[in-house]
Amino acid sequence: MASNQEFATITEARLETTASRLRELVAHLRQQRAQLREEWARLITEAKLLTAMTKEEIFAEATSVYDNYVEALETGTYEALQAYARNLSERIIPRGVETHEVVGIVLLLRDVLARSLFAKYREDFNKLNRILDAYEPAANRIAGTVAVGFVQERERIIREQQEAIRELSTPVLQVRERLLILPIIGVIDPQRTRQLTEQLLRGIRTNRAKVVVLDITGVPYIDSPVANHLVQTVEAARLLGANVIVTGLSPEIAQTLVNIGVDLGKMNTVGDLQGGIEEAERLLGYKVVLMQEQPTGHSA
Amino acid sequence: MRFALIADEVRVSIDCDADIVSARQKGRDLASRCGLPTTDLAVVATAISELARNILRYAVHGEIILRLVEDHGKRGVEVLATDDGPGIPDLTLAMQDGYSTSGGLGLGLPGTRRLMDEFEIISEFGKGTTVTVRRWKR
Amino acid sequence: MQVPILKQGAYLIATVQSALTDEDLKQLRDTLVVSVSRVRARGVIVDVTALDVIDSFATRTLRDVAHMIRLRGAETVIVGIQPEVAFSMVKLGLTLEGIATSLDLEEGLAYLDRKGKGPGHEVRTHR
Repeated sequence: MASNQEFATITEARLETTASRLRELVAHLRQQRAQLREEWARLITEAKLLTAMTKEEIFAEATSVYDNYVEALETGTYEALQAYARNLSERIIPRGVETHEVVGIVLLLRDVLARSLFAKYREDFNKLNRILDAYEPAANRIAGTVAVGFVQERERIIREQQEAIRELSTPVLQVRERLLILPIIGVIDPQRTRQLTEQLLRGIRTNRAKVVVLDITGVPYIDSPVANHLVQTVEAARLLGANVIVTGLSPEIAQTLVNIGVDLGKMNTVGDLQGGIEEAERLLGYKVVLMQEQPTGHSA
Repeated sequence: MRFALIADEVRVSIDCDADIVSARQKGRDLASRCGLPTTDLAVVATAISELARNILRYAVHGEIILRLVEDHGKRGVEVLATDDGPGIPDLTLAMQDGYSTSGGLGLGLPGTRRLMDEFEIISEFGKGTTVTVRRWKR
Repeated sequence: MQVPILKQGAYLIATVQSALTDEDLKQLRDTLVVSVSRVRARGVIVDVTALDVIDSFATRTLRDVAHMIRLRGAETVIVGIQPEVAFSMVKLGLTLEGIATSLDLEEGLAYLDRKGKGPGHEVRTHR
């Protein structure tokens, strides 16, 4: 039974050899760079991956992926690879490249390099095993890093697009001077409410609005957190000197508001949008007068 | 420290009320380096103001530590408000939402929690308090 | 940091230039209260356009200002709260309830004019 001291030495020796083995196989992969890269690019086309890109583009990207791959093997650190993966993803996602393609090409490269190692060390089975012991965990970690980087970038882009869609779906309309209408349609989540508030406050500032009609006729229900956000929106608008009239309050939503402690008596609410606009105009000092119908043939 | 630091952390000693302004200015700068939108800059600065003021009022002296952090590709600002003050005897009471009462009474902790994405507090009676808050870039 | 206070007719206008410490806020409060009595102002406008943060202390002080000035027979209007500052305030639970707020100096003055004319005055139609 090896003592602790001996065990430590053996482990150290093993680690030492892993590092030197990695150095050895990295040297081999660098030396074989041209052939292996070409082999890989060929396999990519054969597997019908990256069809959205031209042969030249594939070759160019293949070169940098190969170099980054080998560098990660050599240094054993993955931050640079992660950054590269996100960078690469940012470039190719708009081109329509999908997750399975990215995972596919990285695994193909892993296999191409592994085969090359088999070929080199086929005479010495033990040596091959030791080389693979060093290579396989590193190669798998690289595959994981690249795949995760790609997926994270995709998720980021999707979030950005969702944000853009949300902005489009909460329009702030200026109907008259100093009067804004904010019709909200559909179910609102906390993210959307926050965006709503920001758009509204900016709108009040830009349009110098003194009254805002917040119409929630099209909102079927809201939960307490969203109800709180709504109340905060009304309060924030007031800080900018604008009066908020809430219209289209369903009995359910009214109940939710009461449940979270809102004094509906203090909130300015009107039944429907039409009524809300009229109230707003009244507050602004407008008076809507029905014009008399002019009989035909007479001049004004 | 759970998250990776992107740059060096910034420490602001809180000893007088001018330090409160300094802390929130630096917090705002850090948040803008992170790419947070205008609204979030104000939110972060306000949270720092509240936390720094708590330090001054209840512990007389403490520190605000500002960090730019990263979590799986997500970037954000982390603020630690730490002091060796008397500590908070009843955390549950301190974290109760006094939302309907006239704003800003007591420690303002529930409000600060509403402002930020993440909120952690460690406080031991007689030993001091550390509040950690984070705001992430969407 | 001194906050410049101008007299415009029967109104005092205090324009905050930059970030204020707690001491600055207290000094502003005291100066305004004294000045209102001295010049017999009917209204006070506090322009906070340059404030990038309004926290619980600032809110309390502004409320104190409005309260003390009302005791001297004048009306206070806070103007120029930035959208992101307003957002942070309401998230924190600070509402400035009972104090008039307007979008900017122009609106604030218009508000004081309307208030000054008392009830019974006709509201003219806007175009």
